[in-house]
Order: sequence, then C-alpha cells, then structure tokens
Amino acid sequence: MSKFKKKKSGDLPAISTASLPDIVFMLLFFFMVVTVLRDSNLLVQNTLPKADQLEKLKKDRSVYIYAGKPSSRYQDKYGNQGKIQIGDKFTDITNVKFALTEAREGLRPELQDKVMVALKVDEETNTGLVSDIKQELRDLNMLKIIYITSPGNPVEN
Amino acid sequence: MADIAFLLLIFFLVTTTIEKDKGIARQLPPKEDLQDPPIIKQKNLFIVRVNKDDQLLVEDELMELEDLREAAIEFLDNGGAPQGSPEYCNFCQGGPDGVRSSDSSDNPEKAVISVQNDRLTSYKMYISVQNELVAAYNFLRNRESQRLFGWKFTEVKAAIEEGNFNGNEDDAQEKLERIQQMFPLKLSEAEPKGSGTN
Repeated sequence: MSKFKKKKSGDLPAISTASLPDIVFMLLFFFMVVTVLRDSNLLVQNTLPKADQLEKLKKDRSVYIYAGKPSSRYQDKYGNQGKIQIGDKFTDITNVKFALTEAREGLRPELQDKVMVALKVDEETNTGLVSDIKQELRDLNMLKIIYITSPGNPVEN
Repeated sequence: MADIAFLLLIFFLVTTTIEKDKGIARQLPPKEDLQDPPIIKQKNLFIVRVNKDDQLLVEDELMELEDLREAAIEFLDNGGAPQGSPEYCNFCQGGPDGVRSSDSSDNPEKAVISVQNDRLTSYKMYISVQNELVAAYNFLRNRESQRLFGWKFTEVKAAIEEGNFNGNEDDAQEKLERIQQMFPLKLSEAEPKGSGTN
C-alpha cells in the first residue's frame, strides 16, 4: 500500500529558468518585426505618384507637408476635398505659414536655414492645392522643396 | 537556442534598412516682382500645357506622355544658332539626322521649358510631366559627361550624395557643375489658370 502514499517531503521543484532567454528573444523578434516607424499619424490618403528621376532627401533638415483627401474614416467629419496636413493635424491654407514656422523651429538650429520642404501629396489631388502651398512657401522664403514620389515608371500607369 | 537567437538578431540588424524618402527636388523662384521680365524669343521657349483632363499640349500639338521626353530632348539639343555666332552650341547634336532647325532653341543655355497647368490637373500628371522633363535634362547631361569625362552625370552625383564616391570628390564636383552649366535646368512654371477652386 505504501505505493500510493503521498510524498510528504513534497517541496515543489524549482521551475527551470533555462528557457527564459528564449522567450525574451522571441518577444524581441516579434516586436522588431511588427513595429513600423512613423513620426506622424496620417489623416489623409497618401498614395504617392511614381517617378524615376529621383534624389534622396536629408531627413534631419526637412519639414513634411502632407496633402490629399481625408482618409475614409475622417471623411464624414472633414468632407472629401483635398486637405493639407502638417504635423498631426489638418491645416488651413491660411495657417500654413504659422504651422511651417513652428515645424522649422523643431529642427536643429544650425540646419534651420537649410530647411527643405518635403511634399507628400496624394496622386489624386489637384495641382491647384499644391501651387497654393508653393505660393505660401515662397512667401516664407523656404524655397527648397522636394516632391516625394515612389520609385517606378510614370509612363506605364 | 540563445546562439540561434543572436544569429537571427544580427541577421536582422544587418539586413534592415530604414527607408529613405526619395523624390524630385526643386528650387522655387524667390518672391520678388521683376520690373521688366526678360524677353524670351518664341523659338527658345518650349511650352507644355496640361489641361484639367490631364491632356498634354506641347508646342500647340496634342502629345502623349511617352513622347514628351523625346520632344524635350530634341528641343534642348537643337542648337539652332548659326555656326560662327557667339551663341553657337558646339556640342549639340541637333534633331533627327543632325539637322539644326532655325525655329527651335538657339542653344541649351537659352532654352526655357515652360509648364502651364490647370488648377484641376491631377498631381500624378503634374509629377509625371516634371519627371519626363527632368529625365530629358538628365539624358543630355549624362551624354555630355560620358563624352567628356567617361562617366554618367546622374551616377556620380548620386554617389557623392551618398558619400561612397571613390576618387577626387572636389574635382568631380567641379565637373558636375560644368555639365550643369552646359545644360542649365530652366523649367519655368506659370501660375495655374483655370476653372475650379482646387
């Protein structure tokens, strides 16, 4: 009968921690793979047009302007006309100057004179909106601009 | 197991690149009212119009986008000034069969491309047109740098920007500028006219 006796000196054996590093690494990889780096939350649709004569953008001296129709979940609130987004919010064309000055002050001081404005505009937008933005930029004397595009051949689409 | 994990970690570290944005860079004209705008001869002006339905009118002729690059190259490379005149272009190759037309540009330095958009032109079309025109300039610059120095303008420029140009950088920079002066990018943009608000 002694076979069925409970062991009385029954301290739980210590849980092996040998596999802990593996779990940690698994988590690390999981997060590494799923994370996407993005600095501002897009409120507009942003399918960039294609082009193949490209130059690279120096990120430390650039200010982004997004433009396009509001994304589908914001369309009830903001309509479906082309809109400008600077930073995290929609900006009216009259406020562009103010928003840009503010964005420029966020850059490193020695680079503020060399600021480059990166225009990320949806391909469906009208050119009129873009040229309004360009007029504002000329008023502000921020003359270097770059139209961000995605690589590809424009003739083929 | 930990070894494998480290291997993977290092593999990912090495292969990931943070994607850089690329695009077409442009310098806007400064805001100042010109008292008397320079007069440009009709033949030195290449007018590209885009209407609200994204149709192209190049020098008063309807054109498809894929023919624009060719037409722009022909215009820039025409070199119509007669031999012996101070404006004579000694590196231009003229139109088809080397014919230099007297109704097209005198030399690349004088040649101006003017783009006129409607406000309702789509941004996609606008970028495509700009891209084709920049491509025309790049084609000619590449041709000349290949002839003079044996390398391609765009390739060397990109290499210098990325910091992996091997060779004398100042010298190359100087040569790049020389090519740029041979074919200065003269793209003018009229304020868009037209119908809609935006």
